Amino acid sequence: MAAGQVREALRWMLMSRCLDDLCTKLQRIGRIGLYAPVHGQEASVVGSAMALDPEVDWMVPASREQPAMLRHGLPLASMFASYMGRPEHASIPPDVRLLPRQQSIGAQLPQAAGLAWSMMLRREPGVVLVYCGDGASSEGDFHEACNLAGVLRAPLVIVLINNRYAISTPVSKQTAARQLSARAAGYGFPGTTVDGNDLFAVFAATRDAVARAKAGQGPSLIECETYRVGFHNTSDNPAEYRDQDEVDKAVALDPIDRVRRYAAAEGIWSATEVDAEVEELRRELNEVQRGVAELPRPGPGFLFDHVYADPPSRMLAQRASLVERGKT
Amino acid sequence: MPARESVTAEPSERETTDIAPANDRLSGELSILEAIRAALISEMEREERIVLYGMDVGRLGGIFRVTKQLQSRFGPERVVDTPLAEGAIVGSAIGLAIGGMIPVPEIQFLGFTHQAFHQIGPQLARYRFRSRGRYGMPVTIRAPFGGGTRTPEFHADSIEAQFAQTPGLKIVCPAFPDDAKAMLVEAIRDPDPVIFMEPQRLYRTVKGHVPDGEFEPRFGSVRLVREGRDLTLISWSAAVHLCLAAAEQLEQQGVSAAVLDLRTIVPFDVEGLVRHVQQTGKAVVVHEAPLTGGFGAEVVATLQQEAFLSLDAPVLRVTAFDVPYPPGALEDHFLPSIPRIIAAARATAEF
Repeated sequence: MAAGQVREALRWMLMSRCLDDLCTKLQRIGRIGLYAPVHGQEASVVGSAMALDPEVDWMVPASREQPAMLRHGLPLASMFASYMGRPEHASIPPDVRLLPRQQSIGAQLPQAAGLAWSMMLRREPGVVLVYCGDGASSEGDFHEACNLAGVLRAPLVIVLINNRYAISTPVSKQTAARQLSARAAGYGFPGTTVDGNDLFAVFAATRDAVARAKAGQGPSLIECETYRVGFHNTSDNPAEYRDQDEVDKAVALDPIDRVRRYAAAEGIWSATEVDAEVEELRRELNEVQRGVAELPRPGPGFLFDHVYADPPSRMLAQRASLVERGKT
Repeated sequence: MPARESVTAEPSERETTDIAPANDRLSGELSILEAIRAALISEMEREERIVLYGMDVGRLGGIFRVTKQLQSRFGPERVVDTPLAEGAIVGSAIGLAIGGMIPVPEIQFLGFTHQAFHQIGPQLARYRFRSRGRYGMPVTIRAPFGGGTRTPEFHADSIEAQFAQTPGLKIVCPAFPDDAKAMLVEAIRDPDPVIFMEPQRLYRTVKGHVPDGEFEPRFGSVRLVREGRDLTLISWSAAVHLCLAAAEQLEQQGVSAAVLDLRTIVPFDVEGLVRHVQQTGKAVVVHEAPLTGGFGAEVVATLQQEAFLSLDAPVLRVTAFDVPYPPGALEDHFLPSIPRIIAAARATAEF
């Protein structure tokens, strides 16, 4: 990674951590319904995203890739709006090659395979990068998607972030396989496991996979071994299923600290400058969040918007009666 | 319209091996299968973004040969054989649509959409809504279904009601060749996801005139297939032909039964349904799916809500029973039959 890329990556990682802090606070005061922090996984998410060109490549998230989505072009206001119940302000802009977060674990995988397939058919130059977790690798959709992408030789890069937990289920209960990347061989394409807390390792592996896909060599599976330092989401209490010393060990390997030390040592970004950047990020995030919070909530008619491009008359009648009722 | 003479006709009447449609006529006297094929051919010629795919649709041309030789005609990138994976077939349709293609995936039998339901209901039906209109789903899932051909488990199941409970889909079930062609064209051109249900028993046995040229839209509009004064038999897909056969016999018995074809479950033509039932004041709903929670219940609920004062009798339903679809040899006991329709119609007429 060039110096400029290191700064960019570190900034996204810092933004991610600030976002986690802010959104957790907002959830506790009722401004956000539910939030899943990236905490601990920043190198896996940002390192992989850095290997993409948002102008040509597509990104298919699972639901714990906030900094990647932002880097790929999702406006901060849209992200906050999606967490704060303002769906009409949460749209992905037309020129941003990004799909919405997926709540049904693994469902994004066959969709990503189809999107990659469309790029082959349309002779488009980019690739599709899809995220999933260790839990998702047990779903049937993972198998079906990998198999289809493999036989099509689709330009798909699968980044499997193995953060060791699916809510409370440790990966030792998720699978008997020692390495999830080994599955790729079963689908006829290469798989690799990298240290998911090493920004540069993740970046390099993703860059290579992107190059392979662009060269028509088909899919790759990259397993990023990391740790979910935070809770699964804001309604989870990890103390109920794991020991604090395991978490402490992971905290000592914090991926942001590693990059901060590297950046300071290489003269890319000093500690003081980074601290100032964090303050600026906090200010920016707060400002955007406040702006979204001040947006009015939609009226009931929004329930019916975008269900169909061409709505059945029965649905329109329901909308009319609901809107009418709202007036009295 | 010609009706199949009996739901108990011998399976030997069904053609089996290596049947290719005689030619690719796109209009004229066509079977339902030929009409479906005509729609696929004319649309694929019109729109190069259409991709037809699924298990065995390419080289073999589909297990019913609906897509026979389309791969050699349009090429292996446009007519594609996929792995045996319904979840991936439907899931990839979502991705293909996002990427700008017009996917027309085939699920080998409607009953196997259960292997893809997590991608149909939670995903395909909702993607436009979830993305606030950013990603529409111009996807048409084609699948044969319906009883009367002694198929193994799952191959005949009618599960349209399960899709009806899934907002965001359209459910289309033609009973005649002209509707089959027109509505498949309409489905492929529709920006919304469509489940296109093909009546397998009637693929080759129901023939009709299919006009040339463009069609009027038919989604959300019922079709009065037979006029009658005493009651209205309401149905869709293959069961429409049962109703027609029953209506012929009822005529001999002095009961004049109209036959109304819903044509699309969603959009549901409430206005047309009510208008036609008000003509007779009596109705019987016929469908192959089991009774409880079947779409017939929706028809009846709608009639009593919208046309209560016009009804002169309770609205009965003649349907399959609330049991799993039995082995093929026993399906005649399970499915609605002409004698059961006649009995319900007479009881209604005499109410």
